[in-house]
Amino acid sequence: MQVTRRQFFKLSAGGLATSTLAMLGMLPQNALADVRSYKLLRATETRNTCPYCSVGCGILMYSLGDGAKNAKSTIFHIEGDPDHPVNRGALCPKGAGLVDFVHSENRLKHPEVREPGGKEWKRISWEEAFERIARHMKQDRDAHFVEKNADGVTVNRWLTTGMLCASASSNETGWLSQKFVRSLGMLAVDNQARV
Amino acid sequence: MALQSQDILRRSASPTQPPVAREHKIEVAKLIDVTTCIGCKACQVACAEWNDLRDEIGSNVGVYDNPADLSAQSWTVMRYNEVEENGKLEWLIRKDGCMHCADPGCLKACPSPGAIIQYANGIVDFQSEYCIGCGYCISGCPFDIPRLSQKDNKVYKCTLCSDRVMVGQEPACVKTCPTGAIRFGSKEDMTAFAGERVEDLKSRGFPNAGLYDPPGVGGTHVMYVLHHADRPGLYSGLRKNPTISPVVKLWKGLLKPLATIGFAAAGLFGFLHYIGVGPNRPDDDDEEDQA
Amino acid sequence: MTNHWVDIRNANIIVVMGGNSAEAHPVGFRWVIEAKTRNKAKLIVIDPRFTRTASVADHYAPIRTGTDIAFLSGVIRYLLQTGKYNKEYTLAYTNAALLVNPDFQFSEGLFSGYDEATRKYDKATWSYQLDDQGFARRDDTLQDPRCVLNLLKAHVARYTPEMVERICGTPKETFLMVCEHLAGTAAPDRTTSFLYALGWTQHSIGSQNIRTMAMVQLLLGNMGMVGGGVNALRGHSNIQGLTDIGLLSTSLPGYLTLPSEKETDLAAHLAKYTSKPLADGQMNYWQNYPKFFVSLMKSFWGDNASSDNNWGYDWLPKWDKGYDVLQYFEMMSQGKVNGYLCQGFNPVASFPNKNKIVASLSQLKFLVIIDPLVTDTSTFWKNHGEQNDVKTEQIQTEVFRLPTTCFAEEDGAIINSGRWLQWHWKGADAPGEAIADVEILAGIFVKLKALYAKEGGAYPEPIMKLSWAYANPMEPKPEELAKEMNGKALADLPDPKEPGKFLARKGELLPGFALLQADGSTSSGCWIFTGSWTQAGNQMARRDNTDTGFGNTPAWAWAWPANRRILYNRASARPDGTPWDPARQLIKWNGEKWVGSDVPDYKLDEPPGSAMAPFIMQAEGLGRLFALDKMAEGPFPEHYEPFESPIGTNPLHPKVVSNPAARVFKGDLADMGKADAYPYAATTYRLTEHFHYWTKNVRLNAILQPEQFVEIGEALAKEKGINHGDMVKVSSKRGYIKAKAVVTKRIKPLTVDGKTVHHVGIPIHWGYEGVAKKGFIANTLTPFVGDANTQTPEFKSFLVNVEKL
Repeated sequence: MQVTRRQFFKLSAGGLATSTLAMLGMLPQNALADVRSYKLLRATETRNTCPYCSVGCGILMYSLGDGAKNAKSTIFHIEGDPDHPVNRGALCPKGAGLVDFVHSENRLKHPEVREPGGKEWKRISWEEAFERIARHMKQDRDAHFVEKNADGVTVNRWLTTGMLCASASSNETGWLSQKFVRSLGMLAVDNQARV
Repeated sequence: MALQSQDILRRSASPTQPPVAREHKIEVAKLIDVTTCIGCKACQVACAEWNDLRDEIGSNVGVYDNPADLSAQSWTVMRYNEVEENGKLEWLIRKDGCMHCADPGCLKACPSPGAIIQYANGIVDFQSEYCIGCGYCISGCPFDIPRLSQKDNKVYKCTLCSDRVMVGQEPACVKTCPTGAIRFGSKEDMTAFAGERVEDLKSRGFPNAGLYDPPGVGGTHVMYVLHHADRPGLYSGLRKNPTISPVVKLWKGLLKPLATIGFAAAGLFGFLHYIGVGPNRPDDDDEEDQA
Repeated sequence: MTNHWVDIRNANIIVVMGGNSAEAHPVGFRWVIEAKTRNKAKLIVIDPRFTRTASVADHYAPIRTGTDIAFLSGVIRYLLQTGKYNKEYTLAYTNAALLVNPDFQFSEGLFSGYDEATRKYDKATWSYQLDDQGFARRDDTLQDPRCVLNLLKAHVARYTPEMVERICGTPKETFLMVCEHLAGTAAPDRTTSFLYALGWTQHSIGSQNIRTMAMVQLLLGNMGMVGGGVNALRGHSNIQGLTDIGLLSTSLPGYLTLPSEKETDLAAHLAKYTSKPLADGQMNYWQNYPKFFVSLMKSFWGDNASSDNNWGYDWLPKWDKGYDVLQYFEMMSQGKVNGYLCQGFNPVASFPNKNKIVASLSQLKFLVIIDPLVTDTSTFWKNHGEQNDVKTEQIQTEVFRLPTTCFAEEDGAIINSGRWLQWHWKGADAPGEAIADVEILAGIFVKLKALYAKEGGAYPEPIMKLSWAYANPMEPKPEELAKEMNGKALADLPDPKEPGKFLARKGELLPGFALLQADGSTSSGCWIFTGSWTQAGNQMARRDNTDTGFGNTPAWAWAWPANRRILYNRASARPDGTPWDPARQLIKWNGEKWVGSDVPDYKLDEPPGSAMAPFIMQAEGLGRLFALDKMAEGPFPEHYEPFESPIGTNPLHPKVVSNPAARVFKGDLADMGKADAYPYAATTYRLTEHFHYWTKNVRLNAILQPEQFVEIGEALAKEKGINHGDMVKVSSKRGYIKAKAVVTKRIKPLTVDGKTVHHVGIPIHWGYEGVAKKGFIANTLTPFVGDANTQTPEFKSFLVNVEKL
């Protein structure tokens, strides 16, 4: 007898009450066959590149709305780009789950500050954030900028503030970061290539 | 999508003949080549993502398998097994899920009209709306695949992405598979491709490599290429000769006529189960599959 | 990668060592499977753990973590001793025949020139013998005992199969089996492709791990070949781009160097980096350094840079030493740093010795987090119990947390491992008030500039002079920035060959870096990207996937340099121009110039048979078996033990156990454990289900691997009474983590130097933030020491103890 105990218990637990109902004839009528509707028919398709590893798989992002001005677009599905020469439509478990990254409950949504010694985040405006950060940077730079080294050579460096740059940001962000840090005289600049 | 498709082969518990005029369809199949599968679980994610499923965030129980088992929210899971063969370690990883049997035990066991259908292309699909949660399909399945949802008391399993296949796409797991270990096409093409894989494996020291397409259920529309086709049990208990459960045969042969008599049958059904299975019987499956 | 992802399919042997590509790069790994199924290739995995890559390999060789140099030096010895290497290639395309300085020496683990006090080498003797023209001397008969090949033979003679087994724990027969497979690809029509990643870089000897493999590839004649090459599988989606753009302490875009304080003026800087050929008739592309550098200065400072002010040379900061993250966190821990900006970076989780990192951040006055997600770093000041036991009220750091867009919400290009710049498009708006990184940088910069304009302050010139010619200064557009990197003509550029004609007119985007000038008439933010956005449009946005041969798709996106897909491809043909393998001819001489399915990596009109060697970025044009002065710890690779060694000695030279040139800070040296208290060799790594510390925020991935675990072999588990799923405590000298135990057959004890060595595997993906189950930061355990060249931390080899809880 090829019935496992597990099958039997499952059957016993969930089965009896409803099967009784079924046999009493309390069944939906006109049982018609229907596959689930295909959900991408008129969605907007946008090409992008997976942001995780360096294979650089092509992805297709599907978003609500057809681009009409009154529709607020939101991405509801992501799958591989079948035209991409490397992934040819495939995605790994990270890439295949990208939609949950886009909509992660841990996405940051507002600028915040944690005051010295503070226990909580406090929401602030972008204007306040830029103002306070710029003020901190200027104070530190003005106080610690090194124009000449011990030998009197012009070095123009600022060592007391540094920056880590994001390996998932675009080249364009990288380039602006390079201009930003060097114009300020920063040397403590690094990215994930180091680790 | 037409409400009533005419390319249906079979419909559960339906005394009337389904419309089968459009039966000249290409039979499809998903081929899972476990020998090129890296166990990355991309198929699990693509399945959940496409089908809008999110299982619970579970825990680690000392193995890579997670979620630990199929559920109403996880229609496919990878099963990992470490074996030592001829002094060589092998990590056998199998994607488990609905096999889409040509002779589907679930459909045969289902008492609810139209809750399970089989399309002419071979896909066995649950029409959840008509599912009454009786669980007979679970006992009818020779592969232990369908799972009852605690949330809505309906049973769920892989649809072979019938919604994608109906518009001409491959299932989500197939498309996403990084190494191409999961393929999709006509059953004929998949069988031929499996033949090439088996030959390659034989040249690499796996003389028992072969295709898993078990005849006991009329063949399946999900097939495996195995390095050890002689011992499918090595792959986390894949059954060697699966057949439809005798329970279903009982139901079909003996109980179905009683259905009209009413709910007395339900009690009797449970009783027959008890007699048939018994409380302390060793598990035949497990023994066979350890071989 | 010198080659590209799809090219892997052309290999005959694929070696995965120092990486786990099936798990870390699953989709790239499809081309390994393709090589197996379509090209009958064999896959060999060499790893302390039987990984998911090993699960589909033809052969698996176990190795003790941190001993790859010993293994590969053994391979080199095997190739040289048996003569199974590509002799013609080695003679013509490597520096095998070049003669080395007579004073160069190696003895008892040290090369000539070592200074114990500074832990540094004087590299004067690590050089060639030069003739009176300044060219390197060579002996094509290979008889001279001072030629590179003979010195190399002598150097690797110690790495016998027995010694390899003794150091690596790899059984001798398994090692020899690997040697034979590799040797088979010395044939001109067979290639090996090596795939590696952080499993090689994250060691105190990381750079030399890679170098040793590159030497094997040179000896086998696999560099420049279809299906060959040195294939670094980079860890993040745009780590390649960020490196190309020079976001490292002492770098500038396009592998130019930020001037040091020793180069007191522009002339000194250009003289140092504009190298001269070391062989007669050799082209060396770095002779163009001034063109690239001046064009960069024009992009930085715009019209403000002129020949009168040395193109703004003084406005660049000059370094005294590298401020890599280990250096900087050491300074931070001493209270010498006040401010830190973390853009898309989670140092608490990513850097070694997490407790030191948190203590260091606690000394900052201000910390700015720029990220789309909650990171562990952003809440380092919160007490998360055992996982982050800090006193919040005592931490005086002001922390700003600024939300950014993610990939899906912006346009731009990122660069994959194959050096492809792929443009992507925005699909939706960012949530809440999140804005793009560039808007945040612009917001801060514009504010700072206004403050300096109003108040003055320390040396405002570079801030005031920086070119910021964006239509909206608060919102530079990706298109504007991409064109700025590509570069343009600032004046008409006349065609020297045809008077009256122009290579480019003033204002036009440049089609290639050959047009860059050192006289200020061109700009380019990153010379290797020149050609990516031309007058013909955005080349990175191209999406034609036509295969021109061997899986090459040159019309898909754009690859640096010059859209070339296989680097050093001149070496795919013999000196006389005939291909090593007619079945994979990549480029050929058509009588006038080199042509082919890829962009030739050579002087286009230099005929076959000339004296010009193929590696045109090197002064002598040759692949270097002897690295001259380019490496910190020696011109030949040598096995040094990890700083925490399970055997506590170096079987080759007990007096020099670990890398003698590695920089170790005093406090960190005191924090190194010994095998008596921490007996097990530990290694950290990624799992395929997760990406670093991001996907613990992603529900679909949290479902796949919800909870932190460590992997322990059955033998060790039995010794310790640990069962599947038990909680264990794993400690190093620096801290501890607690996690579930996965007990496995896939990690076997190895016999090393007569001792049994157990490995403990530590996946990295958990932390105290995320939607997955909370866990400990794996880097609580890791040592604060880096590779002597790159300062990449030794995450892959250290010592731990394991206890059942």
